[in-house]
Amino acid sequence: MSFSAELLHRPGIVLPPRRGMAMPAAIIVLATLVYVAAFPLLGISLASLWNGFSQLGLILGLMLPPTAGGHFALYFDALLQTLSIALLGTLLAATFAFPLGFLAARNVVANRVVHLLSRRALDTVRSVDSLIWALIWVNVVGLGPFAGLLAIATADVGALAKLMSEAIETADRRPVEAVRSVGGSRFMEIRFGLLPQIMPIFASQLLYFFESNTRSATIIGIVGAGGIGLHLYEQIRVLEWQQASFLILMVLVTVAIIDAISQRLRAALIGRRG
Amino acid sequence: MTHFVAIPSEAQMAPLLGAYREVQWQRRRTTLLGAAVLLLCMALAWMGGEVDLAKFWAGLPNFGSYFGRLARLDTDAPVWTDPGYWFWGWRRWGLELGQTILIAYVATATGAGLGIAGGVLASANLVPSAPLRFVVRRVLEFMRTVPDIVFALVFVVAFGLGPLAGVLAMSLHTGGTLGKLFAEVVENIDMKPLEGVKATGGTWFAQVRFGVLPQVLSNFASYTLLRFEINVRGAAVIGFVGAGGIGQDLLVAIRQFHYSDVSAMLLMILVCVIVTDILSEKLRHRLLAMEEGR
Repeated sequence: MSFSAELLHRPGIVLPPRRGMAMPAAIIVLATLVYVAAFPLLGISLASLWNGFSQLGLILGLMLPPTAGGHFALYFDALLQTLSIALLGTLLAATFAFPLGFLAARNVVANRVVHLLSRRALDTVRSVDSLIWALIWVNVVGLGPFAGLLAIATADVGALAKLMSEAIETADRRPVEAVRSVGGSRFMEIRFGLLPQIMPIFASQLLYFFESNTRSATIIGIVGAGGIGLHLYEQIRVLEWQQASFLILMVLVTVAIIDAISQRLRAALIGRRG
Repeated sequence: MTHFVAIPSEAQMAPLLGAYREVQWQRRRTTLLGAAVLLLCMALAWMGGEVDLAKFWAGLPNFGSYFGRLARLDTDAPVWTDPGYWFWGWRRWGLELGQTILIAYVATATGAGLGIAGGVLASANLVPSAPLRFVVRRVLEFMRTVPDIVFALVFVVAFGLGPLAGVLAMSLHTGGTLGKLFAEVVENIDMKPLEGVKATGGTWFAQVRFGVLPQVLSNFASYTLLRFEINVRGAAVIGFVGAGGIGQDLLVAIRQFHYSDVSAMLLMILVCVIVTDILSEKLRHRLLAMEEGR
């Protein structure tokens, strides 16, 4: 039988199989319907879009050129405060996440109940946004950057501990067994068998969190928890667009610098040990 | 059979040990230097962050009792004794929570659209024009770096209070993050199917549709689902600046110390976030299975 005759008899060779396509197709149709229906449900109309975008055009025009309006020292101070919040918040989270990660790791703590409970608890903490934590901490320690750094730390503990426990679980067992075979204690097993494996991972994760926390710390001021967010919020509230755009620029530059530094550090960390 | 291992003499060992100590010392020096820099940064941050341990210790019991108060009604009874009173506003909060999910949904879908456009335009193997790529990459970077709440702050002024501002703000931010991820996916595809379509005379669009899309679709979908999870959390707080969803009521309740309302709303948000997480995880595993089944 020639090749073309074969094709005629078995359309399946050139056409994709039809079965199994009904489900995805139904999902796509449903998703589109929900998307279309969402606009009237959210009260979004073409007119509101049109008006808004013309307003936005005006605002963008008013943002130029960005100026500090003579408050540069004040804003720079707030920016440093933002960085402080991010750094201390990340480190504080790490301090608590480190032991918690061990608790939640299956191969360190063999108890299933402890393992399951700690995982659930970490998930719950992770589900609450840092802004909500900031509001709660503001109620506890008052307005200011201290509340912000506690909020960042609380919001991150869950995620960091989870990553940490995953790193521990996927770690190579052999170094641990080697330490045990030469008579090392339980502590030595962890110190010399596990830690050298997970430290680089943990450190590079910390750097990632520091980067992302720099971003979070810029907005945490919106609820009064210190940093540059407060000024940004105020300048937008009083429609000082030039200063608002200046503050946004400051944030952008800072985030870019932090990203670059942390990328270097991460490369150094992984390169040195790997 | 017995093996003999010769133990080197002192004189032979000395240079080896010396070299070992040298290397060890170098590593320790790097570690110490790193630790010193870190400590210095911490000390500076300590002052910048206005860390006040006295205030912290004074406030700490407050933190514990805050959760105690969250668990009590106005009548001082524990919340679980009267769920009807605890969730007195469930109808209103439920509607707002629905709005929150809708905001996240529409924003994720719109953002994914932006992300696909941006990601394709930013990938070196599909778009030969370097200047275009450069511009698209910078735009995506900008969209990604500005937090969605900051976009929302500006949009609330332009579009008025309400979910529209939130949807647009989250769409932009989502577009930026997904665009970068999508570009990475597209740049790592196998170019041969594309060449196959090109060889049969397919247009650029046909090449992307039949050569690229089948390779990237499952990855795109799973990144988008992951983003949806993040956006549900984000949409719950975007109301803090008046951009729709349950955030506005939550902010008011926290600020005015309506403890049982706070715990009721937080609980609803938590359930909602956990349910979306589980559903989307299931979907992502299905996608992965589909991908492997091919």
